[in-house]
Amino acid sequence: METAGSVPNKISNPLWLLAELTYKCPLHCVFCYNPVDYTSYGEELGTEDWLRVLRQSRELGATQLGLSGGEPLMRDDLEIIVREARQLGYYSNLITSGIGLTEKRLAAFKEGGLDHIQISFQDSSREMNDFISSTKTFELKSKVAQWVKEHEYPIVLNVVLHRMNIDHIAQILEMAERMEVEYLELANTQYYGWGFVNRDHLLPTRDQVERAEHVTNEFRARIGDRMKIYFVVPDYHSNRPKACMNGWGSVFVTVTADGLVLPCHEARMLPGLTFPSVRDHDMRWIWYDSPGFNAYRGDSWMKEPCRDCPDKAKDFGGCRCQAFMLTGDATNADPVCDLSPYHHIVTDAVDRANVPGKPVTVSPILFRDDRNSRQLVEKKQEPTTETLEGLQHR
Amino acid sequence: MAERAPLTTDTVPELPRHFRFQWEPAQNAHVLLFPEGMVKLSESAGEILKRVNGAVSVSGIIKDLERTFPGADLGQDVMDFLEIAHGNGWIRPKQDK
Ligand code: SF4
Ligand code: SF4
Repeated sequence: METAGSVPNKISNPLWLLAELTYKCPLHCVFCYNPVDYTSYGEELGTEDWLRVLRQSRELGATQLGLSGGEPLMRDDLEIIVREARQLGYYSNLITSGIGLTEKRLAAFKEGGLDHIQISFQDSSREMNDFISSTKTFELKSKVAQWVKEHEYPIVLNVVLHRMNIDHIAQILEMAERMEVEYLELANTQYYGWGFVNRDHLLPTRDQVERAEHVTNEFRARIGDRMKIYFVVPDYHSNRPKACMNGWGSVFVTVTADGLVLPCHEARMLPGLTFPSVRDHDMRWIWYDSPGFNAYRGDSWMKEPCRDCPDKAKDFGGCRCQAFMLTGDATNADPVCDLSPYHHIVTDAVDRANVPGKPVTVSPILFRDDRNSRQLVEKKQEPTTETLEGLQHR
Repeated sequence: MAERAPLTTDTVPELPRHFRFQWEPAQNAHVLLFPEGMVKLSESAGEILKRVNGAVSVSGIIKDLERTFPGADLGQDVMDFLEIAHGNGWIRPKQDK
């Protein structure tokens, strides 16, 4: 996948379509990356809308399709969507907690040509306890994994790590082994959406991360080729940002449950940009011509320190949403970068996190549910900037 | 990482279970699709992988290519590419299930 760091005279075509089919979800994960104000969104797209989105995006060249949510199994037309995706030639990935999956549905997905399933481990602390103490949740996940295997899919498990569960890493690995997982993704929480609101509860100490990595490496050495393990450290703990989305409007496109089209699944939060809806426009116009998709393409929008930085073609100045959330201005460098004048915002959060034990924060932990979402929507109406400080002192 | 047995001309290569090879009009190229990833293939790589089907051996693939592109001595190039593809996990020696 090539990408240009300079102003592209030729816009590359999208390769990855993420379909956030619904924001309905039976779970309430504290790290959920869904937008916190999802309860204020309009009606969900209908089946025909999704089929049109799939067709149009495929014409533009998208090949990878992520079917996610919320919980995509909450849509009863998922079978139709899967079938159409295969016929169009997508490589389709279902990203699910497995809750609501039945053998019958799985057989229909297989038959319809679904390529890949990722079971995400949705950890509320109760679920995690159930899991590591090998009770209900473990049994449910194991059953789902067994079906997945019987339908000749590899077993792919995703576990989001954070301050409250990362010390259980040894048990998590052991359970994954018992489930005969083939690919295990251990991803530290990304601080967006609910994860951002709950950040001080979730950010692990540096020690915790190091210990978990160490345990993972020992396990890796023992298990060899039987399980492939990816360990993703939180980007707050590094000093250069991730190449977010491989560059804005370069390969990724997200369509939300209510039909907005975004260059990344968090972009809706950015002020001053309006993102088009598939109800009003076709994907070609949206990708190539809409102001939202062109806003941060190339590098002409960049300020110092990114503008003259040799690494700008490598990381594109990091994540626009993180820059906005932490500094109040999306055109700033992602403050994860130690060249950013706002880098202290990140290191302060990490320093606070480095005090072991209970996190130093006054705000209660917020589970992702409709009631909390509505309250956060109300808060958002207040005329304050949503900077980190702003959120904390409320 | 377990040692991968080196390929020989007798090896019958196949694509791993969840890989798909297809033509992409929008890229004007063959691609290899797999979970959360894609490789865009050069024309020659596309010609080689097109012939990887779990039925024909490496020497069969070379012969077929030399029939299609007469006059070229392709043996080493094909072998080199297949080694790379094998190293990346894009192909594997045929397995029984
Ligand atoms: S992260 Fe948890 S709450 Fe959020 S959509 Fe996924 S399963 Fe539901
Ligand atoms: S200054 Fe900007 S471009 Fe340079 S490394 Fe930092 S974020 Fe990346």
